[in-house]
Amino acid sequence: MLKTGPEEHDHRRHAVRRGSVVVFLMFATLFHAAQTFAGDGDPVAGERLFGLCKGCHEIGEGARNKVGPHLDGIIGRKAGGVEGFTYSRAMRQAGQAGLVWDAANLSTYLHKPRDFIAGNRMSFRGLAGETERADLVAYLAATGGAAPADDLERRDAVIVTGFAKIVLDMEGDRDYGEYLAGECVTCHQASGHADGIPSIVGVPRAYFVKALFEYKSNIRTNEVMKLRVANLANEDIAALAAYFSSLEPE
Amino acid sequence: MSSFNRRQFGRLAGASAATLALPAVLRAQARPKVVVVGGGAGGTTVARYLAKDAGEAIDVTLIEDSDRFTTCFFSNLYLGGFRSFESITHGYDTLESNYGITKITGYATGVDRGKKHVVLRDGSTVPYDRLVLSPGIGFIWDSVPGYSEDAVDVAPHAYEAGPQTQLLKQKLDAITDGQQVVIVPPPNPYRCPPAPYERASMMAHLFKAKGVDAKVIIIDPKEKFSKQGLFLEGWEKYFPGMIEWYGPGVHGGIKGVDVAAGNVETDLDTFHGDLLNIIPAQKAGEIAAAAGLTDGTGFCPIEAASMRSAIDPAIYVIGDAAIAGDMPKSGFAANSQAKVAAMTIRGELTGSRVFPARYSNSCWSLIETDDGVKVGAQYVPTDGRITSTTSFISQTHEDPAVRKATFEESLGWYAGITADMFG
Repeated sequence: MLKTGPEEHDHRRHAVRRGSVVVFLMFATLFHAAQTFAGDGDPVAGERLFGLCKGCHEIGEGARNKVGPHLDGIIGRKAGGVEGFTYSRAMRQAGQAGLVWDAANLSTYLHKPRDFIAGNRMSFRGLAGETERADLVAYLAATGGAAPADDLERRDAVIVTGFAKIVLDMEGDRDYGEYLAGECVTCHQASGHADGIPSIVGVPRAYFVKALFEYKSNIRTNEVMKLRVANLANEDIAALAAYFSSLEPE
Repeated sequence: MSSFNRRQFGRLAGASAATLALPAVLRAQARPKVVVVGGGAGGTTVARYLAKDAGEAIDVTLIEDSDRFTTCFFSNLYLGGFRSFESITHGYDTLESNYGITKITGYATGVDRGKKHVVLRDGSTVPYDRLVLSPGIGFIWDSVPGYSEDAVDVAPHAYEAGPQTQLLKQKLDAITDGQQVVIVPPPNPYRCPPAPYERASMMAHLFKAKGVDAKVIIIDPKEKFSKQGLFLEGWEKYFPGMIEWYGPGVHGGIKGVDVAAGNVETDLDTFHGDLLNIIPAQKAGEIAAAAGLTDGTGFCPIEAASMRSAIDPAIYVIGDAAIAGDMPKSGFAANSQAKVAAMTIRGELTGSRVFPARYSNSCWSLIETDDGVKVGAQYVPTDGRITSTTSFISQTHEDPAVRKATFEESLGWYAGITADMFG
């Protein structure tokens, strides 16, 4: 067996966790690609840092839009460029003005997201350390380097099953949803701005419904949310989803 | 012709349908007038939701004595040094400029319910078709014998945020080694049940952070208090020997205070404070009794399904002044009640749809840096009473990461509710 340094050892554990040597080899290839994008960043360290992001973002095989857009193909993607995701006006305008994500501007953005694009609704205060940002960007470049996720609606429909599917098939009463939303907007701002509590303005219906069922079934554990959701009937959830998915962030 | 959207159409169609059912006095008017008294969590929310949802169909006036409003919630964090005073103080400008709400800066002293107008201190009157009272609390000054309105400069209650809070902060900052603060919390029911205990935590935090060897003594008229287990655990962990709590089982009863001498006298002993924070027993804000809307409890009975006064159907009472069944008196609760009242009033005046009332409350408290705890509940009207259906409370021995997340959630909530109130 070849002698391995500690860093390679880390990669191997990573590969084992994914359960396949093939994945390991693919990862090694991507890692090389990442280095050309993201300078000295360590994607393995970056994966740990991605824990800060994954409440809202998915990346890699099967990634979907959640509270935030999926991050497949983020490097080289136009800002505000994922079809079917409702961005803040500020993010859309940044993209229209020609902002395309690369390792350098992504790192600047992640330093202080609200300074880089004022009025964007990503609920993240920023990552102060330059090394950490390089690691995170390296991970994003490596893992999100795959082709962008395909047909998001179809994929959502497959993943959302059971009760959530029943609710998705109902036509939500938007006006009723607007009244019920009074309970949500005390914390989740109606403008779409986020100060520590995620924005739910413009969230896709499928994601919204699935998330509420995840609170109902204890997959998500926030007590305030579990409490609010416990008393929501299917028609209430359908109404809320109809209302919030119809909104545009300011 | 200007463009027309679905909502505007619904609003007009609803208005004409409702006109048939309305009394002649309302039909004669171009726009029904809703007057809101009190610019706190309840008053701002009901005014904003009416203006936002009814658009031009309702004329909304907000009467509030202050130009700027300091929230009681998070005012303890200001005492502890976690927030600036400015960051918990808000203006009414957006409500006026973006929502078309008329703000009257003045103190409403009474209501002529026959003539349907509000009377201001300067003698002027403001007519209404529907009135919403959200006047907050009033104090029963002599509930602690020896305390009075004249004593608030020496022994601040700081239970209405503003200059009183700043005064208490000044006095806390002047506390030195070997001194102690005595807090006398109010008996039930009162505004924000965990607040006196969060305040004790913030005082101890301040002393500890500055390296001041001072103590906080709580002389409580109650045998138990909100989030008691969580606070006692936190005090033991962070502030050993710095906070002492005595219920009536120990002190035997509060006989009175001598504000000048700084003494709180109980059956057991006399406790000396270099600073006294006396929080008297509470009742509905003054205008509620002046308008004849209170009962023997000093608070206002309401209909659970709508927050309509049980005494006058043209008046709604929300927030701390209302008897809201299982709901505590809190900014969150007032904000929740305001939305039910706004929906009901809009339905009455414009014929818009009215849905079954739902109420909610959550309440976060900070014990020490990054150690937040929370309680919450959902409520529905049941047999004429607002009744809790489900609830939760933070657990003792929670992981520090959970407590930190809870504190951060409270920051998000503060940003959210103040945006919901002030626009």
